[in-house]
Amino acid sequence: MKNWAVFCLCLCCCAPAMAHKASDSYLSLDSAHRQGRWDIALRDLDYALGLDANGDGAITWGELRDLGDAVFAYALQRLTVASAGQPCALQPGALQVDSHSDGNYAVLNFALACPDPAGPWSVDYRLFFDLDAQHRGLFSWAGSDRPAVFGPDAHRIDFDRASQTGIWPVLASFAGEGMRHILIGYDHLLFLLSLLLPAGLAWDRTGWRAVGSWRTAAWDAAAVVTAFTLAHSLTLSLTALHVIALPARWVESAIAASVALAALNNIYPLLSRRRAWLAFGFGLIHGMGIASVLLDMGSARGSQLVALLGFNLGVEAGQLAAVAAVLPLVVYAGRFAVYSQSALRWGSAAIAALACVWLAERSLEISLPIF
Amino acid sequence: MANSWRWLILFIGLASALPAAWAEAYLPADAGQVIETLPARGSHWLELRTLRQQVAAAPQALPPVLQLVRRYIELGRAEADPRYFGYAEAALQPWLLRPAADPEVLTLQATLLQNRHDFAPALALLERALAVRPRLAQAWLTRAAILEVQGDYAAAAGSCLPLAKTAAALVGAVCINSVLSLAGQSETAYRQLQQALEHASGAAATDRQWALVTLAEIAERRGDVAAAERHYRQALSAAEADGYLLAAYADFLLDRQRYAEVVDLLADRSRADPFLLRLALAERHLPQRDSNAHTEALQARFAALRLRGDNRHQADEARFRLQLCNEAEAAFALAQANWMIQREPRDARILLEAALAAGKPRTELQPVLDFLAANGMQDSRLQPLIARFGEEGV
Repeated sequence: MKNWAVFCLCLCCCAPAMAHKASDSYLSLDSAHRQGRWDIALRDLDYALGLDANGDGAITWGELRDLGDAVFAYALQRLTVASAGQPCALQPGALQVDSHSDGNYAVLNFALACPDPAGPWSVDYRLFFDLDAQHRGLFSWAGSDRPAVFGPDAHRIDFDRASQTGIWPVLASFAGEGMRHILIGYDHLLFLLSLLLPAGLAWDRTGWRAVGSWRTAAWDAAAVVTAFTLAHSLTLSLTALHVIALPARWVESAIAASVALAALNNIYPLLSRRRAWLAFGFGLIHGMGIASVLLDMGSARGSQLVALLGFNLGVEAGQLAAVAAVLPLVVYAGRFAVYSQSALRWGSAAIAALACVWLAERSLEISLPIF
Repeated sequence: MANSWRWLILFIGLASALPAAWAEAYLPADAGQVIETLPARGSHWLELRTLRQQVAAAPQALPPVLQLVRRYIELGRAEADPRYFGYAEAALQPWLLRPAADPEVLTLQATLLQNRHDFAPALALLERALAVRPRLAQAWLTRAAILEVQGDYAAAAGSCLPLAKTAAALVGAVCINSVLSLAGQSETAYRQLQQALEHASGAAATDRQWALVTLAEIAERRGDVAAAERHYRQALSAAEADGYLLAAYADFLLDRQRYAEVVDLLADRSRADPFLLRLALAERHLPQRDSNAHTEALQARFAALRLRGDNRHQADEARFRLQLCNEAEAAFALAQANWMIQREPRDARILLEAALAAGKPRTELQPVLDFLAANGMQDSRLQPLIARFGEEGV
């Protein structure tokens, strides 16, 4: 998905006016995660299906969403993906929207359920060719850069690409995804960092004092990290298994608020000795946020538990790597008075300020041009 | 205190160095949010919808299909929107697969192939059409246009001759005089075409417009700026302007450094790549306007075209590389590839300009210079470029 994301980013950032361009769709398959993403121009879908229900020349999200099933049915009927000679079932997932250089596109996420996902793969693409002979399907495997082009005279492409099968590759690939997510999802890391900043210190009513003992600091950090891990693993699993579901806007706003509170707690400590509880409480919310990535990937049912386990392990590994890098620095710096007297305060203030920007952005659904 | 500032700066540095969030697919928040605005739903749209319904109701009837396809092609040209050409081609497809395809179907398909610069297969279809129906004026006309673009002026003139008997007098006159003007007889061609226009008071508005554009281009090549301007303005008022006319007039204005007028002409047409290019070229010279956004948009559009294997915009992309990106080498490569396909004066011009900018030796341009000399091409915009290659008065 990432290569398309980068591609889309570079296209939509630079397109002030929507272009007149021949029709393209962007199809990407991810054989490891058994999923696909298909970006189809709304203008083309309107030409084929009449999305603009009230004929006012504007397609609203409601109009697209109401026809979501028809859109999925229309598109997926015109796509055949086969592995080892056996066709895969294409199961509709989330319907979204994205921008390309010539306008907005419906994003069709779907899961691939293949009887034998060992490959080699073949893809047969027949979207819109009956309506627009100049339509092209630009296809890529997730992670590879050179797209293949489907056209009326080349609607089937065979890929002698063997795919990863079995538990280990799925585990490894989701673990990588989990690690990547925790390392670029820096709201989670900043929350953890805020809780770890006073790891080598103790609060004594008047201010922070260095504890001076590596052992105490390590226990302190271990308690915080363990509490955070237990909490977010719990809600991550429950959310990914569709046991609980909270609105993304609510969850993302609460995560931003948790970062701000954790940072402010270093300046005005209310829970100086119970940071592990703070980590546990807010960790529950972070878990739901982390799960959203896994949900977006919409893994096929068979490998769901393996995917969840791999993803979770990746998240923990990424988190431990970050802690291992930060903790020695924090504890060492804690020995100097300037750290406890001002660096901790200013650093926490900076984190809190950033988190407040996120909170405003996420809760009001606006974009502030600050970071 | 100094130390604490250092910490603060470190934190802010870290936070801002982290990668910006991707513009990923999103879930619109509100059902009423407009996620796409469709092309204008005026009378065109209603007419197309009616025609589409007629075609769907009677799939075995050819006349509604031909009417629908002609309308698509007209709209595609007027709006410079390639999607209409794709719709037209798809509508023709079932009729092309029949064993004895109708000559009009073949001709329309050839027009669509011409449009995307697939000249050889287009000519083959036209031969087939003319073998069945030798009096099919549109086929002769399209054939002449392709041969002219390819620089085969003798064959193009030959294809214009049958029009004298099969088409309106003005259409035949535009066809032949356009070819003559490129083959070293621009003065005769200009005079004859002007006379033909004077005698064609009953001609269709679009034919008159076509004649006026051709006159404007001949006058421009001959260096008669006042006449060119007059004809362009007459053409603009003759009928609804199509993409070709607007692009040609914008180029005329760009050459005269009348940048503000280019912006007035094209500002609300930036959806189409050729217009966007000319708009960006003009905006570069207007301090009050920011051309960066349009330059970046062009970059993205050419990238998107390349991704789908589309090479019909090579001439425009060469101008983009040369004049907006200062990439003379890339521009030269594109202009050279374009010259293999099209040989109109504007194609020669961008090739020579890119070659000069890239410091190419005369030897690399010899085929072009030979072509221009052999045909006695008279073009006030090409002469100075040729002269700079040391070839006076070709």
